[in-house]
Amino acid sequence: MTTASFDRASSGRYRKRLFLNRFNLAMSLATMAFGMAFLLWILTVLFVNGFAALAPTLFTQMTPPPGSAGGLLNAIFGSVVIVGVATFVSTPIGILAGIYLAEFGKDGWLASATRFINDILLSAPSIVIGLFVYTVYVAQVGHFSGWAGSAALALIAIPVVVRTTENMLHLVPSSLREAAIALGAPMWKVILMVTLKAVRGGVITGVLLAVARMSGETAPLLFTALNNQFWSVNMDQPMANLPVVIFQFAMSPFEDWKTLAWAGALVITLAVLVINILARTFFRQSAAR
Amino acid sequence: MMDTSASMTLPGTMDLRVESRGQREPKPPARRQAAAPWQDWAFEHTTMSFAVLVLAMLLAIIGALSYAALPALEKFGLGFLFTNVWNPVKSEFGALAPIYGTLVTSAIALLIGVPVSFGIALFLTEMCPPILKRPLGTAVELLAAIPSIIYGMWGLFVFAPLFGDYVQPLLQKIFGNIWIVGPLFKGAPNGIGMLSAGIILSVMVIPFISSVMRDVFEIVPPVLKESAYAIGCTTWEVVHNVVLPYTKVGVIGGIMLGLGRALGETMAVTFIIGNAYRISSSLYEPGNSIASALANEFNEAADPVHRASLITLGLVLFVLTLIVLGLSRLLISQLAKGEGRRT
Repeated sequence: MTTASFDRASSGRYRKRLFLNRFNLAMSLATMAFGMAFLLWILTVLFVNGFAALAPTLFTQMTPPPGSAGGLLNAIFGSVVIVGVATFVSTPIGILAGIYLAEFGKDGWLASATRFINDILLSAPSIVIGLFVYTVYVAQVGHFSGWAGSAALALIAIPVVVRTTENMLHLVPSSLREAAIALGAPMWKVILMVTLKAVRGGVITGVLLAVARMSGETAPLLFTALNNQFWSVNMDQPMANLPVVIFQFAMSPFEDWKTLAWAGALVITLAVLVINILARTFFRQSAAR
Repeated sequence: MMDTSASMTLPGTMDLRVESRGQREPKPPARRQAAAPWQDWAFEHTTMSFAVLVLAMLLAIIGALSYAALPALEKFGLGFLFTNVWNPVKSEFGALAPIYGTLVTSAIALLIGVPVSFGIALFLTEMCPPILKRPLGTAVELLAAIPSIIYGMWGLFVFAPLFGDYVQPLLQKIFGNIWIVGPLFKGAPNGIGMLSAGIILSVMVIPFISSVMRDVFEIVPPVLKESAYAIGCTTWEVVHNVVLPYTKVGVIGGIMLGLGRALGETMAVTFIIGNAYRISSSLYEPGNSIASALANEFNEAADPVHRASLITLGLVLFVLTLIVLGLSRLLISQLAKGEGRRT
């Protein structure tokens, strides 16, 4: 009797609450599907168009003038070199700055300020970084160059490396540090040979993520490395690179250039995704240990 | 006694190393620096100098851009920001149109991106079966890993034609005659324009916003949620009345992070926004954002005033994102700080 009246009295409100709950959770599921749909859509389009355009000549021939056959060899080579130099420069800088934040600066004002600025630079618009390198380097020297491209990419990579290095060093148990100090090791040895070594996997992950980020960046290269239609190994000259070639070819009215752009897009995305997955597995392995 | 003197007795073991300075100094009492030889001083200051380098980077960017922007600022003054003119032939420039385009596309991106990101974060933290949590979370993060130029090509060649053929006419039919909203959907539905750019941006900011939201949702103490469930709350009521109020600051921080990303996004927008220095009430019309104006014009700008004007645009963009990202960071760290006290 009582339960029946309870049901009648509150069932409307109860049903409304249940409905609201189900509806919102269904919407949540729908948004997840929305995100996944876009991911699959983009990747499908990329793979279909990219694999159709993929040919062995891609890796053996230079970028062609419109209307003739060619490949992307000089662009791929240029990208690898520019990103390689940028990685080589940014890794030690990032790691050392990260060490300062985690081991020396801690909560001091300098470390706090650096951390804050670093987090901002992490998401700062990359095109502005390119503009900066243009004003301080390209405009002074008077010509675009591969070095300038590397400099711009390095500025983008440094915050990534700083952030991951610091986060990783925080994971090291202090007992490890204390043990090394108790043995009489000076701080620099403790840090370089004990703490940093303990999180080596994590730091490498950070570097890999930075490489992945740099590989896909187009905007900062527009005003720095520019582009070069020919085989170019001179870093002091404008240098071909994959992202800018893709941009130029995709925006062009020529069908064969567009096809090459899709092939290049596939190459670059595969590279970025593979590096990303590599970084993740690396991290998981080192974390498991 | 033994414990406190541990650091003092350290120098005693130092005869293992060939380090004369350290040996002469064991007398002064327990200061840690006393135990550290010059190598440590050098190491600490080397790392410090690189940290300072990061700080200096920001100042250098602002300084160099401001200096390079001077010619434009001298010629146009502050009015540069509020004039709608872009005429390289007559060398007259004003930033209003690109600033407008940047703000409008970012606003569209947030309008779509925030609810979707919230839904995704909600799904991943409250609903997702544990086995799927990692793969789905990774998949969402992959959206951020795809280079923006790929978004641009996909947007220009695939998304825009479909959007122009099917979705835009439909939107026009639904909203076209409604007061205030109607003019937003006027114009030729050709798929290129500010609305398309905004929608693609929204997909691009989803991974950033949702990952922050997910992180902050996960710091809500389980006790709070469990007590709400215990008095009979539904999942949605728990999220709405417990999780959201607790993480409000962090959620706003995440949204600001997404905004910062959207403001500065270049390549995808350049492909699809249409590149016209125009302020129009219709979202179907082509426009221009600061970043796309830079990407399109900078290398062709021979006139120094033109170039300086573009650099000024870049400076405006940088300062804008700096403020937004700084706020975002403050909000997120505020939540992280509060967490320690409240739990």
